[in-house]
Amino acid sequence: MSGGTWKHAPGFYEGDRPRIVTSRFEYEDSFTLERYLATDGYKGLRTALGRPATDVHDEVKNATVLGRGGAGFPAGNKWGLTPQGVWPRYLVVNGDESEPGTYKDRLLMERDPHQLIEGCLIASYAAGLSQCFLYIRGEMALAQERVAAALNEAYAAGYVGKNILGSKFSLDIVLHWGAGAYVVGEETALIESLEGNRGMPRLKPPYFPAAIGLYGQPTIVNNVETLANLPWLLQNGAPAYTAIGTATSPGTRMVAVSGHVNRPGVFEIINGTTTFRDLLYGDEFCQGIRNGNDLKAFVPGGGSAPWFTPDQLDLPFEASQVGPAGSMLGSGAIMVMDSTTDIPRAALTLTRFYAHESCGKCTPCREGGTWLERILSRVVDGKGTDADLDQLFEVGESICPGAFPHASNEKLGLAAVPFPYRMNTICFVGPSAYAPVHSALTLFRSEFEARITKRKLISVTAVGQ
Amino acid sequence: MTTIDTNTTDAENTPPVDPNAVSITINGRTVAARKGELIIAAADRADEYIPRFCYHPRMSSVGMCRQCLVEVEGPRGPMMVVSCMTPVADGQIVRTDTPQVKRAHEGMIELLLANHPLDCPVCDKGGECPLQDQAFSHGAGESRFVEEKRHYEKPIPISDLVLLDRERCILCDRCTRFADEVAGDPLIIFTQRGNNTQVMTFPDEPFASYFSGNTVQICPVGALTATPYRFKARPWDLEQRESTCTSCSVGCRTVVQSSRDELLRFQGVDSDPVNWGWLCDRGRFNFQSTNSEDRLVTPQVKSGDSFTTVTWSEALDTVARTVRHARPGSVALIGGARGTNEDAFMWAKVADALGVTMRDAQLDDGLPASIYSYAQATIDSTCAGGTVIVVAPDLKEELPVLFLRLRDAAEKKRVRIIEVSSHQTGLTKYAWRSVQAEPGTSAAALAALLSESAVATQIQSGAVTIVAGRGNLAESANHVMAAVDAVIGAVPSATVLPALRRGNVRGALSVGLAPSDGNDTAAILEAAANGKVDCLILLGADPLSDVADADLARRGIAGAKFVVAVDTFLSPSAAHADIVLPAAAYGEKDGTTMNLEGRVTNVVQKITPRGTSRADWMIAAELLSVLGHDSSVSTLADVQRDMAKAIPGFGATTTAVAVKRDGVVVSVPVAAHSNVVTSAPPRNSYEFRLNVSRKLYDRAISTLTSPALENLAPGAQVLVNPLDLDRVGAPEGGNVRVSNNNSSLVLPVHSSPSVPRGVALVPFNQPGADIRELIRRSDSVVDVRIESI
Repeated sequence: MSGGTWKHAPGFYEGDRPRIVTSRFEYEDSFTLERYLATDGYKGLRTALGRPATDVHDEVKNATVLGRGGAGFPAGNKWGLTPQGVWPRYLVVNGDESEPGTYKDRLLMERDPHQLIEGCLIASYAAGLSQCFLYIRGEMALAQERVAAALNEAYAAGYVGKNILGSKFSLDIVLHWGAGAYVVGEETALIESLEGNRGMPRLKPPYFPAAIGLYGQPTIVNNVETLANLPWLLQNGAPAYTAIGTATSPGTRMVAVSGHVNRPGVFEIINGTTTFRDLLYGDEFCQGIRNGNDLKAFVPGGGSAPWFTPDQLDLPFEASQVGPAGSMLGSGAIMVMDSTTDIPRAALTLTRFYAHESCGKCTPCREGGTWLERILSRVVDGKGTDADLDQLFEVGESICPGAFPHASNEKLGLAAVPFPYRMNTICFVGPSAYAPVHSALTLFRSEFEARITKRKLISVTAVGQ
Repeated sequence: MTTIDTNTTDAENTPPVDPNAVSITINGRTVAARKGELIIAAADRADEYIPRFCYHPRMSSVGMCRQCLVEVEGPRGPMMVVSCMTPVADGQIVRTDTPQVKRAHEGMIELLLANHPLDCPVCDKGGECPLQDQAFSHGAGESRFVEEKRHYEKPIPISDLVLLDRERCILCDRCTRFADEVAGDPLIIFTQRGNNTQVMTFPDEPFASYFSGNTVQICPVGALTATPYRFKARPWDLEQRESTCTSCSVGCRTVVQSSRDELLRFQGVDSDPVNWGWLCDRGRFNFQSTNSEDRLVTPQVKSGDSFTTVTWSEALDTVARTVRHARPGSVALIGGARGTNEDAFMWAKVADALGVTMRDAQLDDGLPASIYSYAQATIDSTCAGGTVIVVAPDLKEELPVLFLRLRDAAEKKRVRIIEVSSHQTGLTKYAWRSVQAEPGTSAAALAALLSESAVATQIQSGAVTIVAGRGNLAESANHVMAAVDAVIGAVPSATVLPALRRGNVRGALSVGLAPSDGNDTAAILEAAANGKVDCLILLGADPLSDVADADLARRGIAGAKFVVAVDTFLSPSAAHADIVLPAAAYGEKDGTTMNLEGRVTNVVQKITPRGTSRADWMIAAELLSVLGHDSSVSTLADVQRDMAKAIPGFGATTTAVAVKRDGVVVSVPVAAHSNVVTSAPPRNSYEFRLNVSRKLYDRAISTLTSPALENLAPGAQVLVNPLDLDRVGAPEGGNVRVSNNNSSLVLPVHSSPSVPRGVALVPFNQPGADIRELIRRSDSVVDVRIESI
């Protein structure tokens, strides 16, 4: 074995907690088959293949493995949505991780690709899927390389391909390199992209690709982290899995923290019990705000989530509590802003991203996103007017009608508006462009007002007198 | 409109309960709908207008503009849904009038207008613009968008006919969807993304679709404009009447629009059994020929080498004198397929009065009229299901909208197409089986195909329709008839959809201009060449351009003692005439026409005939009276009355069709033909078998005289298989000598994988060397040598 262990794996801090998906991260050669096999690799697959597929499916169902892509739909239930007797059916792995602030899947692919491959095999076996497509974001060159190398190793060693481990189960895994579009992280847009079309979300209904997906066939789309949970789950069983975390959110979860904390990085935390305060201030996690500054705001679930302020620090990392509080956990990315943050500029940065990443298919997102960005950038440049701030809400109303979720705030006397929002768009990109504007303007309106130039109009008649 | 108010259902007339019937509530009114129907379609029928831009009933929904949002009552309260994507469900409660919906509609209009240039005063669409109209009906009235709008280069040509103004575009996906889904020419797509999304062609590849004009018509803004109409009129200055296109025999419904007594635009009208609202570009834009400066406007008599203008009475006297002095049985009549049923009927009356036996509405380029004696199919019945056997010309080139319908039926997997042709056609890629047979062998190829077990199974699985037409003008029509007989022999229940192309050919053949006793155009020309025709009357017919045997046409026209040409233009044949009578063109006369299915619909007069030109039926009626026959005809209604009496099957339909968009399919009995025996001599291996086929754009007079279309003809050339091109030894595009015992000519050669080996494909009637010089109609097939020079 060539590699030693990392003191601290780059971007990742292990801490003293149960680890399910990051157990190998401490090894420098964690991405090799040799290391993987030496650390219980492909044992979950052996266990799975030794049992009937329905058994394995039930095991996953019993463990309530929540989807880690953002929506939090239980994977076992998702697999059950495929219509009976329609062949072929596909597994598509959503490795197009592109939500701002999110970089957990990237590490899973770069540092433990075999775990993902094993997860794909178990899922395909359990749900009766005949082929697997691994869609990896175009910008993740290292992840591409590592997964490709791991796939070659796995094929050579007989873990992927025909009659895996001597069983009747065969599976091919196809690697696909994305071209770099945020919206392709949306599962139907990903399928379109995989088919060779423009990456644009499909119209709903049909709501789930499980019924009509890739090439019109039943398709399961799972997140990288979701699948990475399966090898451990099969080795240790559902009871061991559900023993970690809470009843509604069992297991662990990878969280990527970025921004103004002392130790940003990816952490595998206990699902449902860890609070944001633990995470941001805990010694084993982020160790507080940089330079001892005050926390001003944080985004709890990726760039598209409504913002929280210190008022919400004691909420646990648990969807059923974060939703009513006015935001979402999304893809597990926290962005921290300390007291030095220029809030309007921060909102502009996020909104500009979503406006730029709009695919252009539906009107509210294509026109509204850019309009928001234009107004905001004017305000940030000190050229805005009072009417501009109200106009931001008006444009938002055309994207997301009705009350938009936001956190409660004691100082401002605001009560929370619970998640989710309603939307006039096809997918979540449009609302995502509005979320930062709405949060920033609702929670920090005074900072915007300070930017508005209070110019006096020069009286024209006075000229020349 | 089938809005049903539940309170007024007549119990006695209640039809049996439809298992697919559902009932929904729109704004408190109960509306009957069918399962699977979209809310917006149900609302349309109920006269509850929901604003929309991207939705088009003849294309799949994409839900992109988000303008058609409505509220639907759901388990968690009212939900905003797009009505063009949401199917109805029994008991569904839909509201389009709540403040929330109104706010959403206003918001969407405001967003769509944010980057729209609002150059309505100089926009052709202004006045008939869905964006403009709905901005007024469903918008807030003013915009709060103060940023700089998107800027693009103002109109860029994306084809010879269509210009694109990307600033006006609201990215509704209608044109791109049409190109991909309906026309099958996905040559325009969205490029860029987000706020920079734009419709664009592929680099250096124009939007060269035969159906590009439809995108202009369905564009909900003025982003797409067509060259023939740009800046010609404002919509409120246009007057229009609904009519039927007679550019080919599909019979698409159109509206004919004019201003200041000038035709300005044709738009497709949605006729469910025929064209579904689509038109081909030739049918849409060749109205320009009606306005042409080159139209014949006065009767003219040949004196020496030039024509002298005469009055109508002088002209008709001359014609009458000539036919009176003609030897018995020496008057002949060719043509009539370009006009109305009434025109053809009245000229048939003239022929009857003169005892003319030599008459033919076709120019030896179609099929015998007995093709109408088989059990007949309609376009709908052809596309409804089963198997469609195509032994016809390239439908995309000759009957473009029929191609669209068949393509749709094949794409939606309603029918399976079996095609036998001598080169790959526009339909080939949609065909279930396509066989490229050497000319002269189509019947044998078809018989062989039918004996395959998979084909036999398919044939047995449902209705069989044969689309029959003359695909190759260098091959005897008997080969097509033999192929039809081969299918009928195998499947006696098969029906035939005759794909004869000239506008009203079926009408003309049905109302009295069908040849009898073998006296068809070829026989007439042969007789004329032998000095047996004293007076040859050409009714909008141009044998010198259209008869495939050029030598025969030349000898015939030269041999006829006196030629009368009734035409809109001085065609090459009319130029050889002794007297020319100016006829009213399409759009200048009322009447009826019959499409390839036998569907009778009306054509209308929208403008005054140019000069002193008049409708053919008037000329015929006047000639009859000059000849001393009491025709008792003074109005079109008189003609229609006589026609209804004289032509079995026409009955009372002719007046009824005048008000019905979809017309009436009539069946006129036609004598059956006796089975033909065909044979084709074997081809020498060093020779090529000639396949002469029409293209949509050629030297047809209406195309030549339409400035927008005149340069679209591909030009004379010879196409061979790439492997054969190597054998010929000529470079791509280089000149080759094409010759046989009849003649020899020089043509540029191109390679095309769609041509089978051993076959030379030459487009018909193109500018350049005339392949017809090599064709003799006595030959069952024509073989040529191709040599590099």
